[in-house]
Amino acid sequence: MKTILAGLLCGLVFGAGLVISGMTETQKVKGFLDILGDWDPSLAVVMAAALIVVGVGYAFARRSRPLFAARSLWPTKTAIDPPLVFGAALFGIGWGLIGFCPGPAITDLSTGAPSVIVFVAMMALGMAAQNLWQRRHAPPPALGNEPTLEASRG
Amino acid sequence: MASFTPLSAAIGGALIGLSAVMLMMLNGRIAGISGIVGNFLRFPRGEWSWEIAFLVGLVAAPLLLHAAGFALPHPVMPASWTVIVAGGLLVGFGTGWSGGCTSGHGVCGIARFSTRSIAATLIFMATAMIVVAVTRHVLGAAL
Repeated sequence: MKTILAGLLCGLVFGAGLVISGMTETQKVKGFLDILGDWDPSLAVVMAAALIVVGVGYAFARRSRPLFAARSLWPTKTAIDPPLVFGAALFGIGWGLIGFCPGPAITDLSTGAPSVIVFVAMMALGMAAQNLWQRRHAPPPALGNEPTLEASRG
Repeated sequence: MASFTPLSAAIGGALIGLSAVMLMMLNGRIAGISGIVGNFLRFPRGEWSWEIAFLVGLVAAPLLLHAAGFALPHPVMPASWTVIVAGGLLVGFGTGWSGGCTSGHGVCGIARFSTRSIAATLIFMATAMIVVAVTRHVLGAAL
């Protein structure tokens, strides 16, 4: 129950950050991506502010156990491998076409717009397809009943 | 740079960062949205509930802010359904394959000084910038 309330609170704060920063607006995100046009550096400021807070906060978080979990799941992957490179490139194409990355797309479901709902449904389908494809071609080693670190990324 | 909004960007960015720090200090997890969504689509691992709650929080945030006087988001979407479908599939498949998106790699990963996440962020930003340059300035499409 505590982890659920914590999840809800974190989602609310994250969503509020996206709305206040304007990152829920596809045109504002595209304004950042449009370096040949009327460039809007706002997204860089959003990332910089978030990075400062997370950089400092994670330094403290590393020293202690999480409040509601047995331990923290820190990602351990370090390799810059083909999945990372090709996956990031495909994501970038989709991001550039629409101006949506996963967080703002889900937050904008609040508008009830059919185009946003279709986008999020297709995004989920893409993730499911990728997951299925990965299982078929490179079955991951059995990791017990625990989410993998890879699964907690993203 | 007529539309540059540094103050609201900094406040919003700090809130996003605060959420990521809270999620690590409370639940011990990385605040990566594609990872959180992706976990639904895997077989249940008994860890669903906080993730559903997080996504509910994302959707509820604009509605609560709206009640407090903020405007609701009004994302401008491409007119073509083909582009919307293709964009959604690319974002979903790509973030799943690379193990992260703007939040997991771009914020949480870079904050850990992960070279893997720095590489991913440079790649998806460069690719997205090329796509916008081509669609807007070469093809002249109103995307």
